[in-house]
Amino acid sequence: MTAVVDTPIGVLPDRPGALERARAVANTVVGPYADEVDRQGRFPTESIEAMRAARLLSCAVPVELGGEGLGLGEIGAVCELLGRYCASTAMIFAMHQIQVLALVRHDTSAPILGLLREIVDDQLLLASATTEIGIGGDTRSSTCFVERDGDVVRLRKNAPVISYGEHCDVVLATARRNADAPPSDQVLVVCRRSDTQLERTGTWDTLGFRGTCSPGFLLTATGRADMVLAQDYAVISAKSMLPVSHVLWSHLWLGIGTGAVDIARRATQKNARSKPGTVPAAAVRLAQVLGLLQQFRELVHGVARRFDALDVDDDQLTSIGFSMDLNNLKVTTSEMVVDVVSQALQVLGIAGYREDGPYRLGRYLRDAFGASLMVNNDRIMANNAQLALVHRGTP
Amino acid sequence: MSETRIRAVLTQHAKLPVDAAQLEAGSDLYAAGLTSHASVNVMLALEDVFDIEFPDRMLRKATFGSITAIHDAVRELTS
Repeated sequence: MTAVVDTPIGVLPDRPGALERARAVANTVVGPYADEVDRQGRFPTESIEAMRAARLLSCAVPVELGGEGLGLGEIGAVCELLGRYCASTAMIFAMHQIQVLALVRHDTSAPILGLLREIVDDQLLLASATTEIGIGGDTRSSTCFVERDGDVVRLRKNAPVISYGEHCDVVLATARRNADAPPSDQVLVVCRRSDTQLERTGTWDTLGFRGTCSPGFLLTATGRADMVLAQDYAVISAKSMLPVSHVLWSHLWLGIGTGAVDIARRATQKNARSKPGTVPAAAVRLAQVLGLLQQFRELVHGVARRFDALDVDDDQLTSIGFSMDLNNLKVTTSEMVVDVVSQALQVLGIAGYREDGPYRLGRYLRDAFGASLMVNNDRIMANNAQLALVHRGTP
Repeated sequence: MSETRIRAVLTQHAKLPVDAAQLEAGSDLYAAGLTSHASVNVMLALEDVFDIEFPDRMLRKATFGSITAIHDAVRELTS
């Protein structure tokens, strides 16, 4: 557990909104440390601490529990902003909020409400263990299972990836309900780091998102039975985990694209200032990539608005049409971000290609490719292909 | 009987770890191991066997939640 500053900004009567607090943190901490985090492939400790101090880790917790009760679009705006400065920090923030929203939207039991209050008070960082070695990346299938012994539960899971596992306070892990349950009958288990052993089984040395520190772990957890969420994971996944992930991730990709275009814009404008009256050749490319960025932004924000308009029990949320739209959002935006950053690089030319200048784009480009690879687009399109067989068209 | 044909579809496409012919009509198919992927195949096979098309409003988890639920849906669409 991590210490928190003694004057929580959250209790000041005229505290700025989450986005403004995030902007301050991004400018002063997240941005300045981004290159070092990337180069060393280390956890962005300073950025996460700064977010804790700005009370950003509890922005999705309902107001009545001490949080800010932000909607998905508002949380997405923070992801987008952070993504402009440091994709790893933005990814950690997004993954944390995905877990928090799963708890907020699907469990109102006293122990979980208590955990949500702790997230507010202590700014706990939540991680997830949803994949497992031997099941081929399908998060809706588990081999490990919850072992019950009276009021105590035990779980042992061989996870190929647990992002920032060594730096979190809680891991939410999926598992079969019990030893006899089929692979698809899953529950979500809250594993506190104090009751959990994480034995590292691999390394994390990747092209991008290097600061997420996502090696594999053998997780062994013991906890109270009330730390197993009562609702089926199938429901939590369909109504929250999947849609929230796709919407927050797409905001984060949008942030990467926006950050890259911003660098290209600054360089082009600096160039134009030196020769007023002449439109630099790169300005046409800049205008084009700004147009692509606009499509990107409208798409991401549009889907977030649709999600925020739906109640957790609305059938629309799990309808075939909306599921396909969410999958398309992920696939489309994860490809758009590569396109946008590549075009920004063309605007910059050699200034963006050099790694030793103020307009370097290498980190943005490497992070951009993670969008379509870290959650594989082919798998998502295979899922949509199946849904297309039963989709009844646009109403 | 439609229930026999429904059970035959489940045996062939539901990929359950248990025998679909032995299931109680009311038992929860998802708890018995029906995945969302398999439920799409079950649905396509039902549409073929009964020559029906499930309308949008029926494309919900609950429609395929048990043999009884499937039976009710099929009856509604064939009557």
